[in-house]
Amino acid sequence: MTIMIDCQELSKQYGSLVAVNKLTFQVQPGEVLGFLGPNGAGKTTTMRIIAGFLPPTSGKATVCGFNIETEATQAKKMIGYLPEGAPSYPEMTARSFLEFIADSRNLKGSERLHRLDEVYELLHLKHVLDQKIDTLSKGYTRRVGLAQAILHDPKVLILDEPTDGLDPNQKYEVRKLINKMSENKIIIISTHLLEEVDAVCNRAIIISDGQILADDTPKNLEAKSKFHNAVSIKLSEPSQLNAVREAINSLPEIISTEVDEHSNQLIAFPDSGKIPLQAITELGATKGWEFSELHLESGRLDEVFRTITGGAAA
Amino acid sequence: MNGVLTILRRELRGYFSTPLAYVFIVIFLVLSGWFTFNFGNFYNGGQASLAAFFNYHPWLYLFLVPALSMRLWAEERKTGTIELLLTLPLEIWESVTGKFLASWLFTGMALFFTFPIWITVNYLGNPDNGVIFAAYLGSFLMAGGFLAIGSFISATTNNQVIAFILTVVICFIFLLAGFQPILSPLVGWVPQAIIDSIASLSFLTHFSSISKGVIDLRDLVYFALLISTFLYANVLTLNIKKGS
Repeated sequence: MTIMIDCQELSKQYGSLVAVNKLTFQVQPGEVLGFLGPNGAGKTTTMRIIAGFLPPTSGKATVCGFNIETEATQAKKMIGYLPEGAPSYPEMTARSFLEFIADSRNLKGSERLHRLDEVYELLHLKHVLDQKIDTLSKGYTRRVGLAQAILHDPKVLILDEPTDGLDPNQKYEVRKLINKMSENKIIIISTHLLEEVDAVCNRAIIISDGQILADDTPKNLEAKSKFHNAVSIKLSEPSQLNAVREAINSLPEIISTEVDEHSNQLIAFPDSGKIPLQAITELGATKGWEFSELHLESGRLDEVFRTITGGAAA
Repeated sequence: MNGVLTILRRELRGYFSTPLAYVFIVIFLVLSGWFTFNFGNFYNGGQASLAAFFNYHPWLYLFLVPALSMRLWAEERKTGTIELLLTLPLEIWESVTGKFLASWLFTGMALFFTFPIWITVNYLGNPDNGVIFAAYLGSFLMAGGFLAIGSFISATTNNQVIAFILTVVICFIFLLAGFQPILSPLVGWVPQAIIDSIASLSFLTHFSSISKGVIDLRDLVYFALLISTFLYANVLTLNIKKGS
């Protein structure tokens, strides 16, 4: 299988500041890669390098076999790019803006019409096409930006915070769209919304200070969480809490327990590799506890994220 | 080449979808008429020529052209659209050329709308239309020179006000390069050859020789070289600034 995006020791320095530090990774077709990281981690810089906006200080990147520095124009033809903040020309109408993009992408004749029509349809732009972009709401502006990125049906899509500023319905729509397109493309998105990673990505790279700290599927990352296979319990009778906690603590499957003061929720963390749900329900049945809530946690990405990026103490 | 046309069309559309185009053209026409009739002695001069009209063009351009060119790149930088533009599969020189040509065509349009004054002078007397044509050509070339300088300076900053002021200053130096205020501080310590070559860079000298009806190849080459040098510098600047 051919590697579609190949980054080798990619670095970017601004004066003495190292924004991206020797990133090496490959992305294959069908992968939806989420870039995660705290603000200033180097996500946007990395995307800008791959999209051909910034030249790397050292290292090299190829997109579909084209070097982004020496074969920039060919590489750019393969890429659809939504820059951070979805910039577009405010004085243009959505229609003339997208037609301009079609022209610069060298789309012609019936293909041009077909592609334009398709993105109008996909992003529900039809009724705002003749409005100037600066009169559009944030949600529509972002959709125009997305339309611009997917107009030429690119093999590689790079989306910098594609759902930033959208309301929950619009987020859902955009995620559905990304899932729909993901089959034969490479999609790289950056986000700080962890639920987005769960919703669209099949691979996540966590970067901080310009370096890769984790590179795995969202599922495997969740498994690294101490919440993975933990059981959270809420009792109908809160006064029993301490007794229940002690009993659970003595189970061999349990390594520790925690009580959330706020919600009176008891969380039982399993010893590594064990799944204590069964044992807890059985114990509950013999002791006659009444649970108002009982569920198995799959793991918390935000907790993994904080642990990995060093924010756990905060 | 296709890219140049795409950018050119977008830019021209951009001019006319904001009040910018209309304001610019109206102010240009009003001011050029006002200078001609109030200071140029158009009527009292007793000559059927447009010298009174063209004499003020360099000074009009000095303030109006930087107002047009200041936004060319500084605005793209400010709004972030430069990131979009530079990640489209277009060469940088295509964008630079497209933007420059659009602004040049636009000033050409403003210049074209001064035709009533040409009709007037033909109605009043029998001017030498060859000279008038040459002067229009000279004025158009000079506008191109101003615009190329302005476009280059606009690419160096994301602040349009700075772009405007710097362009005015540099265009002013270019205008008067052949004259006392610019040359006198240099006399005595700079070799004469350098002073001569600075003097030969003057917009005013080249423009006035063309506007007298003498279309000398050297003047045409001068403007062509000036424009291409600054556009080349424009491309280089964008390439260098990309990395920072």
